[in-house]
Amino acid sequence: MRNGLAISMLVLLVAFPLAAKHWDQLFYVSFASRILIYALAASSLNLILGYGGMVSFGHAAFLGTGAYAVAILMAEGVTSAWLSWPLAVMVSALFALVIGAVSLRTRGVYFIMITLAFAQMAYYLFISLRAYGGEDGLNLAARSRVGFGLDLAGDLTFYYVVLALVMACLYLMQRLLSARFGQVVQAIRDNETRMEAIGFPTYRYKLICFALAGGAAGLAGALLANQNGFVSPNLLQWTQSGTLMVMVILGGVGYLYGGALGAAVFLILEEALSAYTVHWQLGLGLALLAIVLYARQGLAGLLAGSAAERR
Amino acid sequence: MADALLKVDGLLKHFGGVTATDHVDLSVPSGELHGLIGPNGAGKTTLIHQLSGALRADAGTIFFNGRDITRASLHQRVHFGVARSYQITSIFRSVTVVHNLALAVLARSGSSLGFWRPLAREPVLFDEARALVNQVGLGGRENVVAGRLAHGEQRQLEVGLALATRARLLLLDEPMAGLGPEESQRMVALIAGLKGAITLLLVEHDMDAVFRLADRISVLDSGRIIATGTPEAIRNDEGVKRAYLGEAAPA
Amino acid sequence: MATLILEQTLNGLQFGLMLFLLAAGLTLVFGIMDLINLAHGSLYMIGAYLVATVVRATGSFALAVLVAVVGTAAIGVLLEVTVLRRLYTRDHLSQVLATFALLLICNEIVRIIFGSQPMMLSMPDALAGPVQLLPGFYYPAFRLAVIGVGLAVAMLLYLLVGQTRAGMWVRAGASNREMAAAMGVDVKLLFTAVFGVGAALCAIAGAMLGPILAVQVGMGESILILAFVVIVIGGIGSIRGALVGALLVGMVDTVGRAFLPMLLRSFLSPAVASGLGPTLASIAIYVLMAAVLFWRPQGLFPARA
Repeated sequence: MRNGLAISMLVLLVAFPLAAKHWDQLFYVSFASRILIYALAASSLNLILGYGGMVSFGHAAFLGTGAYAVAILMAEGVTSAWLSWPLAVMVSALFALVIGAVSLRTRGVYFIMITLAFAQMAYYLFISLRAYGGEDGLNLAARSRVGFGLDLAGDLTFYYVVLALVMACLYLMQRLLSARFGQVVQAIRDNETRMEAIGFPTYRYKLICFALAGGAAGLAGALLANQNGFVSPNLLQWTQSGTLMVMVILGGVGYLYGGALGAAVFLILEEALSAYTVHWQLGLGLALLAIVLYARQGLAGLLAGSAAERR
Repeated sequence: MADALLKVDGLLKHFGGVTATDHVDLSVPSGELHGLIGPNGAGKTTLIHQLSGALRADAGTIFFNGRDITRASLHQRVHFGVARSYQITSIFRSVTVVHNLALAVLARSGSSLGFWRPLAREPVLFDEARALVNQVGLGGRENVVAGRLAHGEQRQLEVGLALATRARLLLLDEPMAGLGPEESQRMVALIAGLKGAITLLLVEHDMDAVFRLADRISVLDSGRIIATGTPEAIRNDEGVKRAYLGEAAPA
Repeated sequence: MATLILEQTLNGLQFGLMLFLLAAGLTLVFGIMDLINLAHGSLYMIGAYLVATVVRATGSFALAVLVAVVGTAAIGVLLEVTVLRRLYTRDHLSQVLATFALLLICNEIVRIIFGSQPMMLSMPDALAGPVQLLPGFYYPAFRLAVIGVGLAVAMLLYLLVGQTRAGMWVRAGASNREMAAAMGVDVKLLFTAVFGVGAALCAIAGAMLGPILAVQVGMGESILILAFVVIVIGGIGSIRGALVGALLVGMVDTVGRAFLPMLLRSFLSPAVASGLGPTLASIAIYVLMAAVLFWRPQGLFPARA
């Protein structure tokens, strides 16, 4: 049953842009790319929040860092995706390693606040980069070059590249979660003290998890920079971190597709409501409120048993 | 003694104005089952916390197997060979019994920085875990989610997790907490079965059990050790009787 | 130069006291009800808008403040009874989601009623001029009034929480909620009352800061994050901590913004200083928070046992 649903989703994701192109609705392809990118970002947060139990309120910092890495490199003449995207991942992962090393010494609400503080520092840091647009942000001259005759400027091509990358990442995440590392991280979430008491250096595992999630968010940032053709410090605002958290919670914390589901529902709601009224945030707020009050495990929890997959 | 597996010297711990551990000296030779008893509030759990590494002592030293472990962290001590069980059950409630024990086995099975191969496909780990399931008397319950176990079974798993670390010294903090008479018997049998092979420091309120199991007993009162000796000697010690005045004296 | 320092110090004091009004409600709600409330800034915004509306309608600032305080407290109580009460037993993440949703709803409702443009709120005429504090040193009367109001409210809170029976319940609840309930404190009523008082404090802060900053949608978010920094520094659940934390943050932020660029220019090149100055000033309070958490992981005056 579950496999049937997964396969139909896959077919849908692959076929839909072709249909959209046929009916001249290319906007939806671009919109779908955006959803996929945020699905990746939210899933990376789900890794540390849902599976690792680390409530980070500064995840947008890694998204933004990845985006800026690509934009800055492009401004300096480095246009190859094969160079700038891996670099974006590495820089974000490194940044996460540093922030995590300090933040993970704290617990609970203090951890939330420290991650928030670091993200704010990054936000102001990027504002201060006058050479790269400062507060106004930075345009990308073009999308990254991938070679192989593929031109990312085309919405369809870009969509399929994003789809492939996001699916690969989700697959890696799934494997990671059932492998030694993922099982340890989840057990740490469930009972950190006992994990230490049976001999695990828990800090080390949390830190590595944090860095991996930061790197994945960096990739999402690189894709986002390409999608928008533009980066700005607003990508790192705390409200952006909040939005990512909302997506994960909405979709279902600790469910494999929680991040993706939450991102999709959030962005679709946003889009659909803003078509009706300029006051779409009201509808969004009411919808979110209803979901949190009546669907305790998020949407994935509601669907559990059919499409979602816990652990 | 130079032979002692565990040697504690002048351990001291203050909490604000209270001296929870008052110059405690303790010496446990290898293979001994050493009981630790005392009235409520004597500081037994605080002492266990300091021995296991959950709390840093203010002064004093802890030697294990000739090594100074006073500054070692919780998880480091496990690798040196000191593990503990908790008075308030601290297991992994959302996974099965065998998975609980497999985690403990995993901790000493090389690096857990594996990102690809599913843990479920590591038969060696799970075989060892299953052996432990039987050893602690949970045979047949291995696939039950730990949170659904009966209280007594959870206490067995609690000890099992400590046992799974293959530690040379086990610090058992009131393993019989909350157990009925039948379950207590089972626990006593479990612990008796460990004697000799493993060194044990057993904190307990159940006097029958302690006097039956222990080779030697130390009595803790207001953070100080007021007596150490064989069960017989402790039974007849005047100071111990006075400390327990108002509580049921050891019969 | 001396007058500049004095002026900025007073500004810092003024800002800090207003932050205290926001932080006090937030820390109590977090400390007693264990509720992370992202919509706290929305109450501040609602308070400011109520003041602006009443001033526009009647011209009386004093009346406006009164109406705003009562009105915002009422709205706060309404929110508590209908929505927030259901969140006390939920985990922090659900609270974040729910109060984030409330934040969106509040922002949008305000936008529907008042539009996106900032609303004019001027200082009351009686306090519009400068006051001479020292020979050659003039300070805006309104800002002095803000300081006065802030100190008065702080004193009032101190008396209320420290010297009354209700205050004792509040402190008990902040220290150990279950124990307080077990000792017969009417928990439901206490929670609603605490929330209402917190909302009233937000309104006062909104009334005082409205003329100085700006009354517009989104004004809550920028100050909310500062309030969170304050309560983390001060220690969750502690009013004293909120006061000390707020004064620290208010001072560091105001004085930092005023003097850091200047200071940097004295030993760095002007180009570097002008880039680095504002950045360092902006992150100063976060560095402060990180430093405090490093030395005192539970904040300066943790209320929790």
